[in-house]
Amino acid sequence: MALHESIWGYPIIESVHVLTLCLFLGLAVMLDLRLLGVTMLRTPVSEVAGRLLPWTVAGFGIMVMTGLLLFYATPVKTYLNIFFRVKVLFLLLAGVNTAVFHLTIYRRMSEWDLDPVPPRRARLAGGLSLALWGGIVVAGRMIAYNWFDKNP
Amino acid sequence: MSVLSFFTWCENSSVGEAIRGSRWLFPVIESFHLLGLAVIGGAVLVVNLRLLGFGMERQPVPQLWRDTRPWLLGSLTIMLVSGLLLFTSEATKLYYHEAFWVKMVSLLLATAFTFTVLRKVALAEQGRVRPFWSKAVALISILLWSGVGVGGRWIGFS
Repeated sequence: MALHESIWGYPIIESVHVLTLCLFLGLAVMLDLRLLGVTMLRTPVSEVAGRLLPWTVAGFGIMVMTGLLLFYATPVKTYLNIFFRVKVLFLLLAGVNTAVFHLTIYRRMSEWDLDPVPPRRARLAGGLSLALWGGIVVAGRMIAYNWFDKNP
Repeated sequence: MSVLSFFTWCENSSVGEAIRGSRWLFPVIESFHLLGLAVIGGAVLVVNLRLLGFGMERQPVPQLWRDTRPWLLGSLTIMLVSGLLLFTSEATKLYYHEAFWVKMVSLLLATAFTFTVLRKVALAEQGRVRPFWSKAVALISILLWSGVGVGGRWIGFS
């Protein structure tokens, strides 16, 4: 309610949400690209992951908090928005992808840490992550449009 | 030709009119602009966090600079092309929007700074630049690029 009525609150939180893309997604993309074997080939995957993941986790925390606040400002309208639903679905899928990656091939990273091009499973996780997060950004941007809104 | 008449010309061009007239084009182009934002943010941060001492410490800075450079240049290109397209659809509105000018000045400074000062510091041999200065350069770089982002976001609020 306060957010909904404030002139500055919503834009500021939305700006933080969008600009944290650089911190969270930018660094996650860099890790995904390393997993795909297309950048930082001479850097061990463990070092890219070890040094970048704390930042992406911090960025993700900011994303979730600001995202929840934005949702909380107009919950019903957002819930009825098709793009919001697509975004949540993609978020869940991205979560599953990350969990599977960390529980399987990531555990055996010592075997492929120094490979310029990681094994297929790792590349698959990197590629899926890029595609899903790309979809999340696009869907997130589209929440601003209510082309397909269902009437409450 | 004055700046304003150039902006008006852009807005009245067939490209500007096509984007303005379409329901889909502006949001779709803007989505690409946002995807570019994430990548450029990542490329900028990998090098600057390393210079600040919060990054991949065991990797030489010149190597990280060279590894991320294609992604920096690629995303910057996507940003410029998609940004120019968005610009043509509402050029005269932007002319009167101070956030647009803040963004353009920041963009000019950030790009110039990155490919001169930051490049020089990133490619310098280890020990040539004092840690204080390389950290200062990284901080300025992050602040300048943030200015571009904040200015850009602010264009949407009017």
